[in-house]
Amino acid sequence: MSNKLDHSMSLASPEAKGLSIKQKVASAIGLIGFFILILALCNINLPNQGVFLTIALVLITIGTILFANDAYLTKLEGIKNDGVWFTSISSRGVLGWLTGVGLTTFYIVLYFYAELLGLGTNGEANTGLVALFDPLSKLLSGNPASQWFVYGTLYTVAIIAFGYKFILKYRHNRYQQIRTISVMFFQLGFAFLIPEFMARLNSDTFKLPYYDLKNVWPLNYYNFEQYRIDQFINAGNVGLALLIFGIASIFIITPILTYKFGKRWYCSWVCGCGGLAETAGDSFRQLSSKKLSAWKLERWLIHTVLVFAVVMTTAVIYTYLGYDPDKYWLTKGVFLLSVAGFLTLVFAGVMIFKRKELGKDARYGAIGYFTVIALLIGIHIFGYGGEIFFIKAETLRSTYGFAIGSIFSGVIGTGFYPILGNRAWCRFGCPMAAILGFQQRLFSKFRITTNGGQCISCGNCSTYCEMGIDVRSYAQKGENIVRSSCVGCGICSAVCPRGVLKLENDKLDGRINSNEILLGNDVDLMDYVNKK
Amino acid sequence: MEHIVIIGNGISGITAARHIRKMSNKRITIISAETDYFFSRTALMYVYMGHMKFEHTQPYENWFWKKNKIELKKGFVSKINHQANELVFTNKEVMNYDKLIIAVGSKPNKFGWPGQDLNGVLGMYHKQDLEKLENYAPNNTVCNRAVIVGGGLIGIELAEMLRSRDIPVTFLVRENSFWNGVLPAGESAMINRHIQNHHIDLRLGVNLKEIIADDNGRAKAIVIQETGEIIDCNVVGLTAGVSPNVTFLKDSGIELGRGVKVNRFLETNIPDIYAIGDCAEQHEAIGNRRPIEAVWYTGRMMGETVAQTICGNKTEYKPGHWFNSAKFLDIEYQTYGWVFGKPKEYEQQFHWIHADDTKCITVSYHKRTKKFLGINTFGIRMRHEVFDRWLTEQRDVDYVMQHLSEANFDPEFYAPYESEILNAYKKMEFQTS
Repeated sequence: MSNKLDHSMSLASPEAKGLSIKQKVASAIGLIGFFILILALCNINLPNQGVFLTIALVLITIGTILFANDAYLTKLEGIKNDGVWFTSISSRGVLGWLTGVGLTTFYIVLYFYAELLGLGTNGEANTGLVALFDPLSKLLSGNPASQWFVYGTLYTVAIIAFGYKFILKYRHNRYQQIRTISVMFFQLGFAFLIPEFMARLNSDTFKLPYYDLKNVWPLNYYNFEQYRIDQFINAGNVGLALLIFGIASIFIITPILTYKFGKRWYCSWVCGCGGLAETAGDSFRQLSSKKLSAWKLERWLIHTVLVFAVVMTTAVIYTYLGYDPDKYWLTKGVFLLSVAGFLTLVFAGVMIFKRKELGKDARYGAIGYFTVIALLIGIHIFGYGGEIFFIKAETLRSTYGFAIGSIFSGVIGTGFYPILGNRAWCRFGCPMAAILGFQQRLFSKFRITTNGGQCISCGNCSTYCEMGIDVRSYAQKGENIVRSSCVGCGICSAVCPRGVLKLENDKLDGRINSNEILLGNDVDLMDYVNKK
Repeated sequence: MEHIVIIGNGISGITAARHIRKMSNKRITIISAETDYFFSRTALMYVYMGHMKFEHTQPYENWFWKKNKIELKKGFVSKINHQANELVFTNKEVMNYDKLIIAVGSKPNKFGWPGQDLNGVLGMYHKQDLEKLENYAPNNTVCNRAVIVGGGLIGIELAEMLRSRDIPVTFLVRENSFWNGVLPAGESAMINRHIQNHHIDLRLGVNLKEIIADDNGRAKAIVIQETGEIIDCNVVGLTAGVSPNVTFLKDSGIELGRGVKVNRFLETNIPDIYAIGDCAEQHEAIGNRRPIEAVWYTGRMMGETVAQTICGNKTEYKPGHWFNSAKFLDIEYQTYGWVFGKPKEYEQQFHWIHADDTKCITVSYHKRTKKFLGINTFGIRMRHEVFDRWLTEQRDVDYVMQHLSEANFDPEFYAPYESEILNAYKKMEFQTS
């Protein structure tokens, strides 16, 4: 008998399978690529930066690809979650915490100490890591790199390399594959290449603002700031078209697509934050909290951020508008009234037509609505000289940018992937997700259908829901899942061992159903109880 | 206040408790010796495989029970004195009840094999079995090989569990094809091949003769009845079915067969004592069902039903159309209505299998009337609601085959197979007519 027997009967820490030799080699290749970036970061002067950058990015990509090939192609198609909770990185083990700390540090440096990455200040040339990316940046936009270009490039590489891994992991699942190709495409094209090419069009007389076309306000909360509006307007027809597109995205395109497909069309098919979460963040999806208390926190937090975003943006636009309707029709007064009018229309519409579906949440909706209206009135009364409630709109904007734009979405949202799961920002903070979620809950054909009485309450769906939805609590009641936070990633459906869940766009009737007695039992009993 | 006591915190007992709570203010106590809180038994495998932690298998958070005034009692009932309406625990503690629901589930079958109680020999049913497995088979250096005895649903799950840690598995199946008492031949054969593709050493048509112990009383090998072959192993999984866990009721005065005998109202022969779930045995089988149904869904349905009776709305256990599901390694299986492994004399079966050998269906219908009787589906998800409706509407098989796509429940963008299936069906029709 082996002496290695562990009689602790511990379920939490069985010895896990290690990495295969091929996986070790692949990891080494990736790490060498990563090491080149570290060398550059340490200001070690690399000759021929273009070549070294290429080598670094290619090695990282190849390492990930080889790793994924060995991890998934050597096995039959199917769910590949073996050992997830035994592996250090994916179960908040030492590696998980180290990665979390590393990523968080990176984000803090990126947002607040970019010069440490080698960003040239006061017109000086870049050094270090940023300089390593100069050749690529010059190739694309003609300009030297910034810390954002470095970040954007690494971000894109991560989505593509880990997207490949994800596609292999789900090679039996076409929904997952197509969705992943979509986020890879939007990241590479819309978020990375197109804005760089747009920058190429700029000259002394013509300047477009940096614009990732798939980013919709309030995710790009800065879209309607004065400098951008000026740039849009000064750039003639092209600029105007972009501005109109930005506004249409919010009021026309988004509601229509969300009505037809649910918020997933954006959150897990297009969005860059979602793209990273679904690819590089996939190993952390099981870490989201499924507690009821987390859900309560989520609802307060995300809607508070939304209110903040609306008020902040309104205040910022308000400050640069004029008083005189003869100069320009959109004056401060007209603008405030139209914002208030629009919100009132939405609020009244929901209260009249959707009161029943809202249930107890109507109260919270009303609180949110009246808070915003009160703040708008406050802006009107106290807002002069660029100040709102004696706080400069600019202060409001920079506070939002710092607290939400940098800390919440970047440092916590991505830095804490290995601790809070891959969608902490999307779930607790993203104001865009809040708006789309509101539409999805009340005005959408999307739902996750539960297959009659087939649920065995195993918990795979809930465990692997990155948004922390307790999917099982609906499935075991035979109830469809219609939750504002659901990003439609489809993993619950994929991991379900009994084929219980299906993402669907279908009629609005019977979308929200609740059953006390599940299909399969006596029909008379079902009728008796469910219709009571 | 009436005190309802439920022995067993599995799906049957918990469902009963939840429904009683919804309908009444009665005092409810649930007794279990296995775990503090309800968990999904069917999910135990995923804990060993590392897909989930044990707490993930618990469908309700721990505060749920107090909030809903459902008392949880950890203890093992050794005796029921129904004359005094009292339960006696192994530690001699006594608890009184007004109404008692027995929902104690099953235990793994052992057929008197020599060595069946050695260390390293285990079933896969209770949480304690999982702990034993973790102990005896943490990895493939401690456990060089495991032998599984019994080719049913638990056996193949145990094989999948062990393979997730790269432990070599020999799988002894008494039948000459996997689970062919239930599955028609084509399906069973496909699963045989799938098992082998997972590098499981599948031995068909063999029985266990004995388990050999080492000097420390631990299993070290097994002997095969038919060939006398000795297979070295460190763990033996006994998964030859389950039977009601009712030994403690032997002298209680409650009528027992293999399980606790109940009538259609799930009442035992003793007033105010009910039995539900795996441990309940119907006096007469309902339709094509077995008198003892050890299935998650039927346990839940009995819980839903008995709660009505206890709350004053006396209700018969009258299950609807049969359905079930399972997963064989990577292949999902669902069944609606009745498809028999050995077709009944009135039954005609249409079988279709996809070229990739991981998807197939079998449709069963009445030879003469062509009435649709049931479907087994592998690797293609289908809608419970639609088949339940078609069975109620007594659709004929042609209708079902023509409308099969309405029943499809696969994720979006999956390749559809309905037209291929329909063509195959038409071809068969043509050849047989």
